[in-house]
Order: sequence, then C-alpha cells, then structure tokens
Amino acid sequence: MIEQLASKVNANPGLVRRGRCLSTEFLIEIGERTFHVTVDQGRIAGVEEGPFIMRAWSFAIRAPETVWEKFWQPHPDPGFQDIFAMNRFGHCRVEGDINVLLSHLRYVKDVLATPRRPRIGDNSDD
Amino acid sequence: MIELEPIVGRYLTLSIAGRDHRIYFEEAGQGTPLVCLHTAGAHSSQFRHLMCDPAVTDRFRVVAFDLPWHGKSTPPLGWQDEEYLLTSDFYVAVVIAFLDALELDKPVVMGCSMGGRVVIRLAIEHSQRMQAVIGLEGSDRPAPWYDNSWTNHPDFVNGDFCVGLVSGLCAPQSPDEFRWETLWHYYQGGTGVFKGDMHFFRTDSDYTANSAGIDTALCPVYLMTGEYDYSCTPEATIRTADRIPGAEAIIMKEVGHFPMSENPAAFRVYLLPVLDSIQARI
Repeated sequence: MIEQLASKVNANPGLVRRGRCLSTEFLIEIGERTFHVTVDQGRIAGVEEGPFIMRAWSFAIRAPETVWEKFWQPHPDPGFQDIFAMNRFGHCRVEGDINVLLSHLRYVKDVLATPRRPRIGDNSDD
Repeated sequence: MIELEPIVGRYLTLSIAGRDHRIYFEEAGQGTPLVCLHTAGAHSSQFRHLMCDPAVTDRFRVVAFDLPWHGKSTPPLGWQDEEYLLTSDFYVAVVIAFLDALELDKPVVMGCSMGGRVVIRLAIEHSQRMQAVIGLEGSDRPAPWYDNSWTNHPDFVNGDFCVGLVSGLCAPQSPDEFRWETLWHYYQGGTGVFKGDMHFFRTDSDYTANSAGIDTALCPVYLMTGEYDYSCTPEATIRTADRIPGAEAIIMKEVGHFPMSENPAAFRVYLLPVLDSIQARI
C-alpha cells in the first residue's frame, strides 16, 4: 500500500493543492519497516525505506503492520478509521513536532488514507 | 413546480443574563416538541433530514436553533472585543430561555455531542418540564482525546483544522455526500467558535456528581452512540447510563459522532423506536 502513496497523492490535484503550503519530511513506521516521506509543496517528492542513521523528520506515525492493514481497509473496524482514533485506543503512536501535523491536519490525514481508495476527496468540497 | 422542503426558519431575540441574543431557529412537523441541539462548532442544519422525515414530523414538532455565535444566530453586541467561551450555565440558560420563548410544553430535548452532554444537566435540574431527553454521542463527563495545549494552537481557530480534527469521527460507511456536508458545517463556523465550545465540552461539563439523581420515571434518558465515535466512546456512554438508574444506552452500528447528519438513513432505524417508546408514555 505504501508503495502507491506518491503516485496516488500526486495524481490528485485537489489534495496537492490543499498541501501547497507544506514542505516537510515525516516518518511512517509499519512494524519493523520505516518509510521517510518527503513533501514538497503538497507533492510527495519521495518515499524512501530505511533504516536511517539520524535522518531528519518533523513527525512520525508508528504502528504495527496489522494496524495499518486495518486502517487501509475500505471500511476499517471501529477504532481503526483514523489516526486519532488509533492513537486514542493505543493502536498507533504519533510523535515529534505535533505543530507541523496540526497546521496541515486534513492534508496529512488525507495523504495517509490515500492508499485506502483510488482517489481521496471524491465528492468533497474540492 | 419546485418542491419546497417543509422546513421553515424564523428569528427571535432571547434576553439572557441581561444581554440580548438574536437566535435563528427552524422547524417542521406538528405534535410533541422535539428540540434539537447541534454539536460544537456547527449549527442546526445538522437536523435537516429529521425535519423532512414524515415518520417523525407526523407526530413531533421538530425544532432546532443555532446557539449564539453559531450558524445564523448573531453574536451579542460587543462580540468583537471578547473571547467566546461557552459555559455550562450559559448553555442551560439559552435552552431554557428558548423553551420559554416558544412556550414549548413538555418537550423531548435531543442534543448531539456537547448537546448530548448538556441534556444530562437539563435532566438533572429541569426533569419536571421535560418529556424525555436523548443524548446522541453523549456522556456525563469530559473525556479528552487530545492535549489541552492544542486549543491554544494558532490553527485551532481555522475551519480546515476543525474539519481535520473531526473528520475521522464520521463512520466509513456514511455516504460521502452527507459526510462532507457534515464536515462543511465545520468550515462554516466563525473563527474561534469551535474552540469556545470546547471550553464547555472539555472543562465545564462534568455532571457525574449529580447524574445518578436523575428521576428517569419523570424524565426518561436515552443515550445513543455510534460505534465509530472515539470522542464520546460507546464505553463512555454505557458508563454514563450505568450511573443513571433507568437510563438506556443504545450503540449504533456503522455510525460515528454525527448520526443525524452523516447517515440519516442509518440513524432513523435507531431513533424511531426511541420516539415510539417516548410517545407511548404521552
């Protein structure tokens, strides 16, 4: 699923436009595997798999592989439909500079949910 | 010929604690008053589907108003120099003033989220004048799921942040059309209004000391919560119902934090039997 992140986000002009004020790097941890995501003005400029040696990042979202599999189901079970739900129930950990996440919250949540379906934001206000 | 919806909107002015508040409300139907209280940062449009459902409006007069600062209600004179903070006392005073103004006799009061919280206090203090209360996504105590410092984050006043914060509270099964309309209400909120509502919801609405005293024979209490709600969790709702002798907890499948607006078809399956049982007592 994560392999499709860049192509799916970059093919969604509404999502790229919403993230146009964000350029940052963040981590998605899927079990033992760590992925470093580079965002450049809303486009995903790169998704690189670790391990990394002191690579810089702003925030990280860490969860076991089974949790991400549930999160990316078309209709996730209760508690797995959103990173805040997963955080509240202890399924994932959100770490680092929370301010970057909060300032671009809808964009980041939509990016993370992008592997769930072909295009995020269908029927949205975009 | 265009078909008009049965919803009609009006304005009135309530005087609360010596201050005038111009209030917008809309209604449809006839019968027992069913007064609906919207969620934090939103407005009365959340109940529009209920007002267009003959299974409800044939027997209930469904009335929903926008709290001061919300929707089409006007903030009070001098608002530009103050910070909006909703308190428990003010919230109850607005509801009671509204019931008085429209002379609503023995209404059912149904609120969602912070509205589902305040109906607990209404049942504690005003059970004599209520037919019943229905708390949607309601509980009798705050249960924060994010850090208090977030409310001081500069983005907390922005619609895009508010939508990002609450978007996951909708169930994945809810139709896109209604999910995004529900979230649009959060884009519409005035700057800082959702944040001001959080003062009530997070810090000024712990009713656990008194909720056990509600006389549910006089004023039945129904608590209906969606299984996808991680703000007011099903467990929090059940614990609240356990504290209130006679209260009924109903957990709704494939529904989130905004049942009446995110998935009206799923919601009515659960609501209609509750309205049946309330009507049977009248």
